Amino acid sequence: MSTAWTLIGALAVINFTIKAAGPVIAGRRELPDLAQRFITASVPALVAGLIVTGTFASDGKLVLDERAAGIGAAALALVLRAPLLVVLVAAAGTTALLRAARASCTAHGLSERLRALV
Amino acid sequence: MDATLRDGMRAALPLLLPTLLIGVSFGVAARSLGWGVAEPIVMSIVVFSGSAQFASTGVLAAGGGLGAAIGAATLANLRFLPLGLLTAPATRGNAVQRAFEGQLTVDASVILATDEHGNVSRGLFIGATIAQAACWIGGTALGAAVDLGSDGSEIGIDVIFPAFFLYLLFAEAHGGAHPYRVAAGGALIAFVLIPLTPAGIPVVAATLAAVLGMGRRR
Repeated sequence: MSTAWTLIGALAVINFTIKAAGPVIAGRRELPDLAQRFITASVPALVAGLIVTGTFASDGKLVLDERAAGIGAAALALVLRAPLLVVLVAAAGTTALLRAARASCTAHGLSERLRALV
Repeated sequence: MDATLRDGMRAALPLLLPTLLIGVSFGVAARSLGWGVAEPIVMSIVVFSGSAQFASTGVLAAGGGLGAAIGAATLANLRFLPLGLLTAPATRGNAVQRAFEGQLTVDASVILATDEHGNVSRGLFIGATIAQAACWIGGTALGAAVDLGSDGSEIGIDVIFPAFFLYLLFAEAHGGAHPYRVAAGGALIAFVLIPLTPAGIPVVAATLAAVLGMGRRR
């Protein structure tokens, strides 16, 4: 069997087990009060973890790149009480513009010339 | 159709184009490993987790072996243990049916469907997942069958999900007492662990910040 199909089969089983665990364990009985409070309180932490890894993680490293500017623009839009679609467009648009600017600087050798100036 | 199921699909609407495009980029990434058209499509159906799928193909693309690819994908998906406990009350039936309904667990669906008391709306949860699944699998098929020559990074697709989660965090501060204190704690844990641990661990460890918000909301 090829690597691809072995990988797909193994991950299908592992993933099924992981996703099934919560509903099977806690679906039909009440969890202890302490566990229930922990799980309920964990949502903002989980969301924050997803935001931070999605914005600053790249190949196991902490990086500051165009994504951070995009999320900064989204935060600004949120402070100004913009609707969701505006928040998303601000994030993607800012990231895209900065990436285009960097690509064009690289293409014209600007970054090398700027670096020579500093 | 159940109204709340439709509400779930509507709530997921801003995510559908990004999900489709990320699906396309997964199809392209898998084909670049020398896979056929069927493999990425089947994977998006039976594994059905973008982070796990990208984690495993990323390892293979970097020259890693099968074991490392399986390990990376498993770590990436460990967060579905706490997410699954959260969605458990929204599932129905006996253990087997609940196990299958648990497969519908997707980050954005769970977060969208959870109110500030930690209650999960079944209709919102399932509706949001159905809409995203169609786009994820359809996008994968498109990317695998037709090489579009782009992963969407030129138009900033990769920040849509973090921006959406930021919106949810601000618009509906979820869960327990002191949601912002808990969020800050989770963010700090993730920051510290990103360079120290394999991908997937920072998000799971971030949930430990829940201890900051376990007091009763007054």
